[in-house]
Amino acid sequence: MHNDPEIEFLAPMGSQLSDAAQARPLIPFSPQVLAFLGELSQALREDQRARTLPDVYAFAFWCRPASLQAMQRDRPLAEPRLGRGLVFHIAPGNVPVNFAYSLCAGLLAGNSNIVRAPSENFAQVRLIAEWVDHLLKQERHSELRHHVRLVRYPRDAQNITAQLSSLCDVRVIWGGDATIEAIRRAPLAARAFDLTFADRYSLCVIGARAYLDQVDRKALAQGFYNDTYLFDQNACTAPHLVLWLGEAPEVEQARTAFWEALEHLVEVRYELQPRAAIDKWSHALHYAAKHPGARILQGKDNRLTRVEIPALTAGIENWHANSGLFFEYRIRSLGEIAPIVNRRFQTLSHAGIDEPDLHEMVFAGRLTGIDRIVPIGRTLEFSLHWDGHHLPSALSRVIDNGIGQLKPVKD
Amino acid sequence: MMDLADWHAAPPYGLDHHAKGPRLTETLLELTAHHANHCEPYGRMLQAQGFDPRGVTSLADLPFLPVRLFKEIDLLSIPRDQVVKTMTSSGTSGQTPSRIYLDRDTSAHQMRALTRIVSAVTDAQRMPMIVVDSPAVIQDRALFSARGAGILGFSIFARDRLFALDEHMQPNLDALSAFLDKHAGSPILVFGFTFMVWQHLCKPLMQRGQTLELSNAVLVHGGGWKTLMNESVSPTTFKQGLLSTCGIHRVHDYYGMVEQTGSIAMECERGHLHVPVYSDVIVRCPHDFSVAGLGERGLLQMLSVLPQSYPGHSLLTEDEGVVLGEDDCPCGRRGKYFKVLGRIPKAELRGCSDTYAAGKVATHTREVVNAQ
Repeated sequence: MHNDPEIEFLAPMGSQLSDAAQARPLIPFSPQVLAFLGELSQALREDQRARTLPDVYAFAFWCRPASLQAMQRDRPLAEPRLGRGLVFHIAPGNVPVNFAYSLCAGLLAGNSNIVRAPSENFAQVRLIAEWVDHLLKQERHSELRHHVRLVRYPRDAQNITAQLSSLCDVRVIWGGDATIEAIRRAPLAARAFDLTFADRYSLCVIGARAYLDQVDRKALAQGFYNDTYLFDQNACTAPHLVLWLGEAPEVEQARTAFWEALEHLVEVRYELQPRAAIDKWSHALHYAAKHPGARILQGKDNRLTRVEIPALTAGIENWHANSGLFFEYRIRSLGEIAPIVNRRFQTLSHAGIDEPDLHEMVFAGRLTGIDRIVPIGRTLEFSLHWDGHHLPSALSRVIDNGIGQLKPVKD
Repeated sequence: MMDLADWHAAPPYGLDHHAKGPRLTETLLELTAHHANHCEPYGRMLQAQGFDPRGVTSLADLPFLPVRLFKEIDLLSIPRDQVVKTMTSSGTSGQTPSRIYLDRDTSAHQMRALTRIVSAVTDAQRMPMIVVDSPAVIQDRALFSARGAGILGFSIFARDRLFALDEHMQPNLDALSAFLDKHAGSPILVFGFTFMVWQHLCKPLMQRGQTLELSNAVLVHGGGWKTLMNESVSPTTFKQGLLSTCGIHRVHDYYGMVEQTGSIAMECERGHLHVPVYSDVIVRCPHDFSVAGLGERGLLQMLSVLPQSYPGHSLLTEDEGVVLGEDDCPCGRRGKYFKVLGRIPKAELRGCSDTYAAGKVATHTREVVNAQ
């Protein structure tokens, strides 16, 4: 199989796809992969250029040895496993570092990987690719030489997508429903399957009493800002609905303080694009037009817009904008959340609430949605548990002897 | 319905801000209340904002609707059975167009306003008219698309009408010559969309080294400069092209939108777009929607007393512009005059929702046109 001339090889440069397709799997969390990622992590953290790319630094910090060890320890894979073979990753177009996390998941599961990087020439992609390329050319990493192919090709080159899809054992698709639909036009081999990350909806809940009495308000505002404005409220993990738990007077007090604290940060840091200002305003008005009793509350300027909804009803996940539009509602008990939750719900972030209570809500309700329950401020942290999948498990295969007593093979 | 007789009686550009401001504010405030009472979604939108009419002391205090809401919600202040016309804008493929519902009265008011505005730049009320388009554009009468509707609207000025282009969008020179012979000596109205006039009249004539004798014509064109700007054709180049190929020296750009037809802004002899007596323009900073200063760029808000069957009397467009002055244009017309800078760009957002499917999420590139 010859390389299609439209495919650009970012790392390793000058390589062939065919070698990747034939590379043999490793065990999950293999020493070779851990060593390679450890060096990649260090190289990126020590590279001056990562100073101006906080998402690259965050990635490097995430894949440092202690972190990877903790991941393995937290969720050991008890059965004997090997990678499934070749994973074809489609990275999302506008989260520059996502491709690297996906690649790690594929490697940690024991696979060889072809990763299609975003079409845009992000500095983050260039930097990580440079180090991946450099490290893979070192003799000590020769065993992994064919386990990474970082490529870029035109989005609409359906023939290339088809070719890579036909080779892989798992196709990991990031980027939302439209991307998934487009990529799925390319068939997979009989045993191969898709692992898709579709459009998701996220929300948060804050306990008013605890907010007033215990919570560090400044830190929480910072955390919420990072969860939302940092990515224009456009990440799948960003909350669009803010639920306040408590009695009316304490909720009133709490939310006034909360939005004020957030607005301090927004004032200093956030730049709103004119189109986004109109989008939010239109969206809020549209909601109001269809829901009698809704109230639109603007902050000091167009950067913070809130819509107080008259009732919490199913379908709220269809109402969302970005760049700082928050739907808001007071609940008296967590039980009010369950009826609105469906498959699209991904992240439930929280503050001033006991996390076990939230878990209880999901299990007692046997809910079809909510895959992550994390404190406000931590929604953007990548985890090998994503969208309900444990990636190292999903991307590896079990070699079963029927009795289930085989120990995993070391090395 | 409100009596607009006073507005039709006032000279189209005759009122200065002292005379116009309070009267316009009062009329628009009445209209706001009218629509709030007769259009439930509109009423809810005002209520949600906590709008209090008692707080309105000037035009800028009036609430405004983003134009895109007309694509998303059916907004009308009349019973359905009184709708005589539904106007639509041209949306990009995949996007729902705006739906504007007119009753007989509003439609009549729009036409009357348009007549007065256009007559102010032409010499007569009805003239032989050349439409720079092909007859195919008005064939679908069931739903008025922007270009077709604009042509039909302006055709009220036509004593006789010729479509300048054949079905291949080429100038039909034989037909044009015959038409000009037939109406020799008469002033002619030439109407067309800006890019049509350039692309399908000026350019072909220039390429073939041919000319038309239209020195006695007035050209009224609209639709925006986006396409021509992409080809580096400025208003000056455009006018020069018209002069050299057709001898036309009276050229008037206009700015309007399907959501607010009739009270279009017309270009004066000095190249400035003037709001007519029926309407006004406010520029707002996108940052907080505050009113921008003179010469400061921002979002164009258009106000008009004509939209009576639907709540389109105060609209925030997605166009950027500047107010150049008020009451003091050297052309002698009173009222505000302004410049349109173009559509605000699409937002470049971070985050994980992708922009797959044909490369980009549908861009809001609706052509701003006058349609009647």
